[in-house]
Amino acid sequence: MITEQIDLLNSFLKQKFNYDFSNYAISSYERRIDRYLMLRKIDNISALITYLEASKVNLDDFIEEITVNTTEMFRDPTVWSSLRNNILPVLNKNQNIRIWHAGCSSGEEVASMLILLKELGMLEKCKLYATDLSTQMLNHAKEAKFREKNMELNRENYYKAGGSNNFNDFFDYKNEFYHLDKSLIDFVTFKRHNLVSDAAFTKFDLILCRNVMIYFNKDLQDVVIEKFSQSLFKNAFLAIGKKESLIFCKHVDLFSVVDEENKIYKMDRKA
Amino acid sequence: MKSFSEKAIVIGGSAGSFKPLCSILSGLNSDFNLPVFLALHRLKNVEKGFLEILSSFSILPISEPFDKYEYNDGEVLLAPSNYHMYVNSNKTISLSTEELINFSRPSIDITINSVAKAYQNNAIAILLSGANKDGVLGMKSILDAGGTTIVQDLDEAEITTMPGTAYENYAIDYCLKTDEIIQFLNKL
Repeated sequence: MITEQIDLLNSFLKQKFNYDFSNYAISSYERRIDRYLMLRKIDNISALITYLEASKVNLDDFIEEITVNTTEMFRDPTVWSSLRNNILPVLNKNQNIRIWHAGCSSGEEVASMLILLKELGMLEKCKLYATDLSTQMLNHAKEAKFREKNMELNRENYYKAGGSNNFNDFFDYKNEFYHLDKSLIDFVTFKRHNLVSDAAFTKFDLILCRNVMIYFNKDLQDVVIEKFSQSLFKNAFLAIGKKESLIFCKHVDLFSVVDEENKIYKMDRKA
Repeated sequence: MKSFSEKAIVIGGSAGSFKPLCSILSGLNSDFNLPVFLALHRLKNVEKGFLEILSSFSILPISEPFDKYEYNDGEVLLAPSNYHMYVNSNKTISLSTEELINFSRPSIDITINSVAKAYQNNAIAILLSGANKDGVLGMKSILDAGGTTIVQDLDEAEITTMPGTAYENYAIDYCLKTDEIIQFLNKL
């Protein structure tokens, strides 16, 4: 794909719908566009622009497919055992705990956190925020129902992460889906939030943003990390993807490493 | 897109590629000064052991890079388990958790494709033994960019589906035994 065509698409998306993809990591973004053109049998970028102008349904579909939404519960189990054993017990000393899942996708990570907090007896004092760019994805996350075929991996991860209950007890099985216990979901506020263009909105004790910033270029990653630093209380925690690092980030000095392997940081300086 | 004047090596492999790969990594000259990218099918959640074993064979420093890592020439970069790895034209690595491609993550096609884009006619791609067709389209992208393509000798390869499919469908430049691949690389 030619750079000019991508620029054309980006300026269309920005001007018409205020979606700014110009600082997305170019390699994967380009592949996502190619993939979308093939998926919906669209010939080229100008045809894509016509397609996106035609209806909101098309636009929502594009945003859902262009963003990467592969996820699983308790993904990277060691991260979750570290949260269980090292991070959440520290936060448990607080009266109230606020947690932000930035880029929550279809909600697997939120579900994991709810289960973990429930097991630790901490849920009642927690308030979770789950945000995403895609309204479609937020709707999925809100529904909190999970396909049977994915549950085997989710269950396996749960036990690897130190879970010791019957995993199925957290769900109601009906119509081929596992529905997360409704009483857990009530602790979550779902909100559409664009990490690229929307401002920080409140302060948190823990932010999880795993495998989201890998789709941004370095400049945009800096912008987002700055936003996180404004959204964290002093001594609050930030968890990023296992193969992401703050080393390459402008604001690295604001954070100290709590768990190198699992990429959990603590904010110890004011932004 | 800008391409480098220097060359780069990308190696794809699946079932049966472990042995030839270890031979290649241990056979390179210690002053080998090109980046080597590895996209290999491997077991999910088996993270640590694999890199350690490859390190014990590799003459050059080898690592599983973080996203946005700036690599140097003479480094071996292994696509991390459960991530796709892209090589960018500014000598950085991008990782992605996009869906499986050909049932695989890392996808050999994605990495080879990105090397074709970044290095154009200076890209050298090697496809070793494997039981599926991942990497075959990547080889086509290398040929389209004017780069060099090598598949493991079909008599030597333990499982020939991967190198064989590439060889049958595209004008692959060389079909070489492991020893010949090592000689070829050391002469670059």
